[in-house]
Amino acid sequence: MNQISIHNKTKDWYLSNLDIMLKKLNGKQNKFFNEFREEAVRRFRELNFPTRKDEEWKYTDVSPILEQNFVPSVFLKNPTLTIDDIKKYLFTGFDFYLATFINGIFVEELSDLDNLPKGVIVGSLNKLVNENTELLKNYLNKISNIDNIFNALNNIYALDGIVILTDEKVVVDKPIQILFLNGNTENQILSTPKNLIIAGKNSQLSVIMNYKGFGNFRYFTNSVTEVLIDDYAAVDYYKIQDEKDDSFHIEKIHAVQKNNSIFNQFNLSFGGNLVRNDINSYLNGEYNETHYYGLYLAKGKQHIDNHTFVDHAKPNCMSNELYKGILDDNARGVFNGKIIVRPNAQKTNAYQQNKSILLSGSSRVDTKPQLEIFADDVKCTHGATVGHLDEEAEFYIRSRGVPQELAKSILIRAFAYDVVEMIKIEELREQINHMIFEHLHRVEIQNQ
Amino acid sequence: MLVIKNLHANVEGKEILRGIDLEVKAGEIHAIMGPNGSGKSTLANVLAGNKSYEVTEGEIWFEGKNLLEMEPEERAREGVFLAFQYPIEIPGVTNATFLKTAINEKRKHLGQPELTPKEFLDLMKEKSKILGMDDTLISRSVNVGFSGGEKKRNEIFQLLMLNPKLAILDETDSGLDIDALKIVSNGVNIFHNEQNAVIVVTHYQRLLNYIVPDYVHVLSKGKIVKSGGKELALLLEEKGYDWINSEELETQKA
Repeated sequence: MNQISIHNKTKDWYLSNLDIMLKKLNGKQNKFFNEFREEAVRRFRELNFPTRKDEEWKYTDVSPILEQNFVPSVFLKNPTLTIDDIKKYLFTGFDFYLATFINGIFVEELSDLDNLPKGVIVGSLNKLVNENTELLKNYLNKISNIDNIFNALNNIYALDGIVILTDEKVVVDKPIQILFLNGNTENQILSTPKNLIIAGKNSQLSVIMNYKGFGNFRYFTNSVTEVLIDDYAAVDYYKIQDEKDDSFHIEKIHAVQKNNSIFNQFNLSFGGNLVRNDINSYLNGEYNETHYYGLYLAKGKQHIDNHTFVDHAKPNCMSNELYKGILDDNARGVFNGKIIVRPNAQKTNAYQQNKSILLSGSSRVDTKPQLEIFADDVKCTHGATVGHLDEEAEFYIRSRGVPQELAKSILIRAFAYDVVEMIKIEELREQINHMIFEHLHRVEIQNQ
Repeated sequence: MLVIKNLHANVEGKEILRGIDLEVKAGEIHAIMGPNGSGKSTLANVLAGNKSYEVTEGEIWFEGKNLLEMEPEERAREGVFLAFQYPIEIPGVTNATFLKTAINEKRKHLGQPELTPKEFLDLMKEKSKILGMDDTLISRSVNVGFSGGEKKRNEIFQLLMLNPKLAILDETDSGLDIDALKIVSNGVNIFHNEQNAVIVVTHYQRLLNYIVPDYVHVLSKGKIVKSGGKELALLLEEKGYDWINSEELETQKA
């Protein structure tokens, strides 16, 4: 079968399932969901799955995702898990609020959202859309558009997702950990969380979006997250993606910042067979700060594609981006970093850096900075390097009696360090360090 | 302790060492002097096992074992230590973690138990004091943010911590002011005893005022062209390396 007919067959599969889903839901879902679903279906019909001929997908072939039929999560039963079952998937050693989603559906019994500070809402989109329709209407699908067919697919099958809303001046005292546990033991499942984070004026919050997988079957996580950061608010957003190595993960995170706000976005990518992240920030106000920290580790036949886009629409903002990749075996990395400085965005400072190291002869990375600057009083720099572990440095470490494999591990840790050190939660930082070695099957250094 | 026989080595296909013979016994300090490009640093790196340097001929025996058959880490565990001319920075790995890893690898090799945290900490305190190093250094990343002088001092700190049989100092004096030079030399002198040996590789005689050698060897174009006692270093300081070259020329003519 040629590529186009596979693509059309896949479209048909998802559209035919839609009818069954609508019958199954039998109008039970909120009217609001139905409205945006209609729009998503219209877009889904008119859009096509991308091919390598699309500039935005030049280095990433999505065929492996389309060659199989993933069953939307609405049709499959989720396992009944206990807190003990999910413990091994969590980042621990520090205090946090917890919301758990299995295949994109909120599980209250596996969540711990008691004692949230006043003025904070954390919970299930499906539930809140009924309780607080008017409030959500102001934000949902208002922050981000459907940019591609995967976003449309998310909107069609979205049944739930995390909603976080903070009122003015609220400082959330503990990080909010969202566990997205994906997979099924009976079939290949499509999971479509649809998330919304709204940080009110002068509020502060830290969120850990923790993607993990289970089960014997491959699955496909296709997520969309909208973020709005109001004046003087600060958001630390840790996305830690560790899906099963044979599964697929696509997410768009779209953030809008108003004025004087801070957005620290971490994108730490470990798992997945084919991974695509689109991370966008629209700086629609003055004196905003945006930090993007990316770390991608890939081995075997993993393919990790990170597309970032910082849109400087207003003057006096600063964006700083640091993406680092470590690729082993036959793994492939893609980095595309776009920055636009619009004509009005004078006094913009925008920095971007992408550094990768290849641990094997057959790993590869394609990196593409894309700067479009239409204002004249700006400071913009970008740089990209691809290299290997430094042999002189390896000799230095070995000359102290450290075996070669451990010396390499020390250098990998050193390479990842300027991203990892920016993680503010110390216990999380240590667990990320541990994951780096575990994922790359490397010996680990014991900390003093 | 160390016997080098007819050592030849290449860097990027170019012959740098052209037949070195040298014997170092326990308790001795040898200085290797010579002009830039004479092969001093090459000799130091070859001894420690740097793969960028290719040995094409000759032998190196250390405590009766064939050094050339050993990986750099094996040489270290057997007791060879090189203080680097340009120490490497390792972000995210503290001096404590680094040294503990190195020491315990060596102890494992020697069949000794790992140091307890307390033993390790006491050792660090004792040795850092000798070099007048700040306590916070222990928890700082290896060489990151260190000045040139601090890096050299850290090399000597590692020397004291690892306590090898043979210490090779590659241009340890370069970039040091006189106070730092005294501290570093004092560290080396405290390390040195009748059971170990030191090879000091240096361009200048200055360091040898503080680390007094038993033997001085002059390297030129990849060969030892003159050997003598500590007074040879003073002679070189006075007359310059050209004097050796012209004298060598005279010898060849005769």
